[in-house]
Amino acid sequence: MTLWSAVLISSALVYSWKLFGYLVPEKFVSNPKIKELSALLTVALLAALVGIQTFVSTEGIAIDARVPALALAGLLFYLRVPFVVVVVVAAAIAALLRVFF
Amino acid sequence: MSSKQQSVTAVSLGVGFATGVYAISFGALSVAAGLDLWQTMALSLLMFSGGSQFAFIGVIATGAGVVPAILSAWLLGVRNGFYAIRMNPVLSVRGLLMPVAAQLTIDESNAVSLLGEPDRKKERLGFWLTGIAVFVFWNIFTFLGAVLGSQIGNPTDWGLDAAAGAAFLGLIWPRLSQSKFLALAVSSALVAILLSEVLPAGVPVLLTALLAVGFWLFGMRGGKK
Repeated sequence: MTLWSAVLISSALVYSWKLFGYLVPEKFVSNPKIKELSALLTVALLAALVGIQTFVSTEGIAIDARVPALALAGLLFYLRVPFVVVVVVAAAIAALLRVFF
Repeated sequence: MSSKQQSVTAVSLGVGFATGVYAISFGALSVAAGLDLWQTMALSLLMFSGGSQFAFIGVIATGAGVVPAILSAWLLGVRNGFYAIRMNPVLSVRGLLMPVAAQLTIDESNAVSLLGEPDRKKERLGFWLTGIAVFVFWNIFTFLGAVLGSQIGNPTDWGLDAAAGAAFLGLIWPRLSQSKFLALAVSSALVAILLSEVLPAGVPVLLTALLAVGFWLFGMRGGKK
């Protein structure tokens, strides 16, 4: 199989998941219990991504500049600082820590 | 436009840019893995799912061949299916818009939309703006990464890895005031971190879906807690 066909086949397969959710009858997915499950799934998957993006590097579990940056972000969200400001501050803190340490 | 909608716009564009810039890494790594510029662009335009794209080129780079690369990309795409089930009744799209909505159904667009709940207008606006913003920035920066390669430096030098974590934290933040969601978020993060030591990239995140199902079943059985 060529690399090109692999690119196209895998893209189609990834797209099939996305399409699948829209083909499920709306009556079924607008059930409040399914809505609750969807919210729980979103929070679980994103929280897992936050954990991986903050504590895991290519060499395994690691504590580095990302950890204080995320802690600061949590504090700023708690203080109701606007979303975009928090994201920029988190990036700046991580970048600065990497310059100095 | 109300101030609430303005803030949806700001969040959407902020998420779109922060996520999109990360595609510089993807573009550079993809070319380094042996894909050409157009194969790299095809992945960002057609697959358009960061986790699956990084998995695909990661497997190709190890020399394991195309079949394992296809399978890992496919497996890691499952969570978009969960998001699509959530977005389906929110958008209620028909006709030609449906396949477009499907392509834009990713972590970021679903999460910004969830932020707008229960205001249906904000849920829809957040989904479309974020989906389009991520798509545009993701493809622009994929191109730049593929063309310029390592000349532009590593995204971690700019703290972009920390920005990605902070952005996702901000998107789930309003939910964390409910103890059920807070407990689920903390346990999911811990489980994913620990499993990352023994399982291939991407799989630990997917497995936390089981935790969500567990919390869901527990909530139904116990009623209110």
